[in-house]
Amino acid sequence: MTDIPVHSAEIGAAGPRHWRDGVRRVSRTLWFRRLLVLVLLALGWELAARWQNNPILLPSFLEAFAAFRAASLNEGLLAAAGASLTVLLKGYVAAIVIATIIVSIAAANSFVRDALQTVAAMLNPLPAIALLPLALLWFGLGEASLLFVLINAVVWPFALAALQGFEGVPETHRLVGRNYGLTGAAYVRQILIPSALPAIISGMRVGWAFAWRTLIAAELVFGVSSSSGGLGWFIFRARNELYTDRVFAGLATVILIGLLVEAVAFRGLESATVRRWGMLR
Amino acid sequence: MLAPAIERTRDTRTAVPVLEARGLTLDYATERGPVRAVDTVDFTIAEGERLVLLGPSGCGKSSILKAAAGFLTPTAGTIGLRGRPIKGPGPDRIVVFQEFDQLLPWKTVLDNVAFPLVVARRKKKGEAREIAADALRRVGLERVLNSYPHTLSGGMKQRAAIARALAASPDVLLMDEPFAALDALTRLQMQRDLMDIARETGLTLLFVTHDIDEAVLIGTRLHLLSLHPGRTITTLDVSAFDIRDLGSAAFETVSRKVHATLFGDAGAQR
Repeated sequence: MTDIPVHSAEIGAAGPRHWRDGVRRVSRTLWFRRLLVLVLLALGWELAARWQNNPILLPSFLEAFAAFRAASLNEGLLAAAGASLTVLLKGYVAAIVIATIIVSIAAANSFVRDALQTVAAMLNPLPAIALLPLALLWFGLGEASLLFVLINAVVWPFALAALQGFEGVPETHRLVGRNYGLTGAAYVRQILIPSALPAIISGMRVGWAFAWRTLIAAELVFGVSSSSGGLGWFIFRARNELYTDRVFAGLATVILIGLLVEAVAFRGLESATVRRWGMLR
Repeated sequence: MLAPAIERTRDTRTAVPVLEARGLTLDYATERGPVRAVDTVDFTIAEGERLVLLGPSGCGKSSILKAAAGFLTPTAGTIGLRGRPIKGPGPDRIVVFQEFDQLLPWKTVLDNVAFPLVVARRKKKGEAREIAADALRRVGLERVLNSYPHTLSGGMKQRAAIARALAASPDVLLMDEPFAALDALTRLQMQRDLMDIARETGLTLLFVTHDIDEAVLIGTRLHLLSLHPGRTITTLDVSAFDIRDLGSAAFETVSRKVHATLFGDAGAQR
């Protein structure tokens, strides 16, 4: 007798509950939370700017957004971003290759390992940008100097992270690899690198962040020499001309590219590998 | 002491033993100099025999297995495979470890089993996968072929490791306390299944354990070792015992005797 009303009540509640569950699930996703944070920041910025009411010092979010659009369309913001990214990728890839070679040797030879650790410990606390004056002296105003500081910014933190990853490879993985008769390069490629991949990816991530900020800082000093000038130069020039909204547009571009690479490239790489394999939660 | 009836009689079934240790002595390098782990141990394993190294922790049984695997070089004496001294690790002696992380997490279960066939037996990937799938079916893992190891239970991981060893068809299978980290029920089931596999394939096995019942059950022959450094106490034939004998009077008698031999008579009243 009581079955029927209870049953119908459940059906009645099913719709909104489904809807609420859906909202809860979406609100737990990373992209939703990131979006929410961005919206809140933009809102706070807009309010602060309107209250401040001085567009030279602090343009509002909407003004900066308009400047961003205008600059992308006809002020060469995209070209500047492209120029920066090209230099960045060159330096980053070169640094990862160099570091991988050094670390592979260090994994096999204890002297090279100690040497690497010493050099990395020396150079790590030194901001790579502090090498720029030297680089300018040695390589002149140009891409070579940028690449020099970039590679320096990436090689050491990445090498340290990768080395730590290699040293953290569980004894069982090592024994299994040796049990199958794997030695030398095959052993490194088939056992050590995949087993150390969580640390390697995290090193690549840190290296990427270092590279990006070092490059922008270096470009603030002399973006002019590389033909189109990078993002840093775009920001510097906009500040000189007191286009504060464009400064913000340039900064936003730096941030957006950084976020995009983090969220798409590194996150994607992780979910395709170490997360899928249960090596990282 | 042990009754003469179960004292080991020399095996005469095959001429060249699969694995043979003569005066095997193993040292470990520590900060305070070398420490002797194993002192002049002799044993032979013939084709189809299952030798169990049994003793308390610290008796060097795992060190002997490491020497057989080629991870550890003898300080003195020899250990040889089919008459040739063991110079280093190789896929003719596949090891099943105690640790669950012996499956490589970046490979599926199927590829984990196929991996040694590809790298060591130079098989084509397709062929290796077929052999691997067969071996996994034999240990009852046909439903998780394409899963990654982290989704498996501890028992399933050990099954996969056994399948990996079987698929590589090594001359001798080396098992280092493979069931020690499992719960009692799973362990019993695994022991049962291993015995079934041994009966079907006639595998040659060197098995390390500190569990007396497991040793009597799995082995055709036990090799008892004393503590610090590991020395041979005695060896005895237990090939008569099967899984069905578990809990029987004869089985209990033997395991009690083994216990008394290892720990002195006080332990016999358990």
